[in-house]
Amino acid sequence: MHTLSVLVENKPGVLTRVAGLFARRGFNIESLAVGTTEHPTVSRITLVVNVEDDVLEQVTKQLNKLVEVLKIVQLESDAARRQLVLVKVRADQSTRSQVLDVVQLFQAKAVDITPETITIEAVGTPERLDMLVRILEPFGVRELVQSGVVAIGRGSRSISDRALRPVRQEA
Amino acid sequence: MKDQQETPKGHPAVPAPPGSGTTTTQTAQVTGSQSLVRSLELVGAENIFGIPGGAILPAYDPLFDSQKVRHILVRHEQGAGHAAQGYAMATGKVGVCMATSGPGATNLVTPLADAHMDSVPVVAITGQVASPLIGTDGFQEADICGITMPITKHNFLVKNAEEIPHAIASAFHIASTGRPGPVLVDITKDALQASTTFSWPPTLDLPGYRPVSKPHGKQVREAAKLIAAATRPVFYVGGGVVKAGAAAELRELVELTGIPVVTTLMARGVFPDSHDLNFGMPGMHGAVAAVGALQRSDLLISLGARFDDRVTGNLDSFAPGAKVIHVDIDPAEISKNRVADVPIVGDCKDAIAELTGRLREEQLPSIDAWVSYVKDLRRRYPTGYDEPTDGSLSPQSVIRRIGELTGPDAYYTAGVGQHQMWAAHFLPFEKPGHWLNSGGLGTMGYCVPAAMGAKVGRPDSVVWGIDGDGCFQMTNQELVTCAVEGIPVKIAVINNQSLGMVRQWQTLFYEGRYSNTDLKTNRVPDFPKLAEAMGCVGLRAEAAEDVDAVIEKALAIDDQPVVVEFVVHKDAMVWPMVAAGTSNDEIKVAKDLAPEWDKEEL
Repeated sequence: MHTLSVLVENKPGVLTRVAGLFARRGFNIESLAVGTTEHPTVSRITLVVNVEDDVLEQVTKQLNKLVEVLKIVQLESDAARRQLVLVKVRADQSTRSQVLDVVQLFQAKAVDITPETITIEAVGTPERLDMLVRILEPFGVRELVQSGVVAIGRGSRSISDRALRPVRQEA
Repeated sequence: MKDQQETPKGHPAVPAPPGSGTTTTQTAQVTGSQSLVRSLELVGAENIFGIPGGAILPAYDPLFDSQKVRHILVRHEQGAGHAAQGYAMATGKVGVCMATSGPGATNLVTPLADAHMDSVPVVAITGQVASPLIGTDGFQEADICGITMPITKHNFLVKNAEEIPHAIASAFHIASTGRPGPVLVDITKDALQASTTFSWPPTLDLPGYRPVSKPHGKQVREAAKLIAAATRPVFYVGGGVVKAGAAAELRELVELTGIPVVTTLMARGVFPDSHDLNFGMPGMHGAVAAVGALQRSDLLISLGARFDDRVTGNLDSFAPGAKVIHVDIDPAEISKNRVADVPIVGDCKDAIAELTGRLREEQLPSIDAWVSYVKDLRRRYPTGYDEPTDGSLSPQSVIRRIGELTGPDAYYTAGVGQHQMWAAHFLPFEKPGHWLNSGGLGTMGYCVPAAMGAKVGRPDSVVWGIDGDGCFQMTNQELVTCAVEGIPVKIAVINNQSLGMVRQWQTLFYEGRYSNTDLKTNRVPDFPKLAEAMGCVGLRAEAAEDVDAVIEKALAIDDQPVVVEFVVHKDAMVWPMVAAGTSNDEIKVAKDLAPEWDKEEL
């Protein structure tokens, strides 16, 4: 698995260009998350892909050719990676306290509660969230939704420093 | 793209119209359409090939008054696109085509894909339905930006009139710099009709577009080291050298090193065929010496070529003993198909010049044994053909005679198929940028409109289209445009009454079962009559003794387009041939006849 951070111009259609490039060359995207950055004209796409190294190199080069792509960084394996999950679990009087134990154990939150269900919000690494969901499964998962992974490199450096510097060309 | 002798390098990267002075800012109150036409004038567009329609209609009103931009009204938008390609290839400038929304725009898809594959700088301007109608399945609405996303270098959807100058200037900049390619600008009808302030020049705001052109000095030194250590090196020269206008630099490098050269289909003419070190075209239908040189090489010096499957054959067995130096302006081409030992990202003109400078300081080993091996291959396996015994015309000799009687100063375009391969072997290739064809996409129907575009760009030169009877019937309607607009091209229809290349494969791989390749073009259509009906001169040759006379007659006409039908032998095949997917080592010089590689051991 490789995690790519792609800085792009915040313009309509950019996500289509990036996603289309993967589809066109036959590569699957495992996870994708998009949002604006500290700079309002720049968006950051976090992509998780499962490809061989040479394929990753080709994809990166092709992405770089997109006019609206500003910068691509392959994050180190120690990067902080987080995902969010919302899961609605069956929980009646007899099981509610056990479910709440799990919530506490995972430092998750109960965001909604009914006589039959508890809706849980959890943030963490994809691996940790997988474990949470596995543990909740025996209670009965009624509905589950997950965000894409967002990730940021450790240390004081910023990947957006240089890419965000306005590069203007005089006509 | 650039012709060394005739044009200075490059379309101005950013708009610099002659005589206008780039620093003066022009500001005026105009409509979006006027803004578009002024932008096109200022960016230096002199010729536009197009057809009006509903959504683009507002643009055609100020275009009617323009003194600087000539609009050539074509008969089909595909013709407009290929004409823009032909114009671009023959002049080195950006070719421009224009179409309306929906079907007008979708008809541009094939030429845009073609230009994308062959790196041709083209700007397409399309009208789009008014912005409130977008997404409603409005009349003649098509998401042309979405449709052309994979086949353009970039595209713009312009919904505000004030964005027009920036979009046009950016489109020309992107199309013509770095690795050239097609750019589409889709402008909504309401943007064309709106009132706006026109200001020029716009500031280009393309923070993510930074093409590399300067090669890395360290990589050039590494390349020089590999060349100095090689005993069987080859220059594998592609279309990028034509686009870079680096023919003179290439010649200097070749003559300094004495290394054999092969020129791909896209590069024919960038190094003269008459030069002793040019071993011709490699690939599926390449010359034995060119294919053999690549296969036996210990160092491929790839200059602006992209290791296309039609050149490499089966990739695993392509040039198995060779190290690779790969020079390309597009980093994504390097190590895409074949891993490069020394990658050099940069413009071929700079890279070749720097490599030459570097090599002047190196002691180069003798490669005489290698050069004489390749020369021996060329001597033993010349690319030739047999004259038919039944008195019918041989297509190869017709094409050869057209080239001999016209000479290397003419521009030659071709369609796709057997005639294209014969043209690639038998025309006189002495000058860069004089050979125009559809290489990557293989678009039947390219020839006639591309010839039209080339003739518009080079009105004082002879332009020959070498076409097949199948290809010709796809786009010949542009001859009407040529007749009406005064664009006297010459088209040779090599009529073998069939889809010849497909028929050849059926002969070789489908036991001669000619499923749907017989066009029955025996007087239906009657090509000379068809030509006359379109306002051209129509000629025909059916016997060997008529060929020269009819070519001379065509050459004597310079005020009208000419179509010459050559009725040729149906069973002529393109040789040599490497069957699809097999190793280049399996090349056949004729059916069941393979070359003997090792007659003379190295």
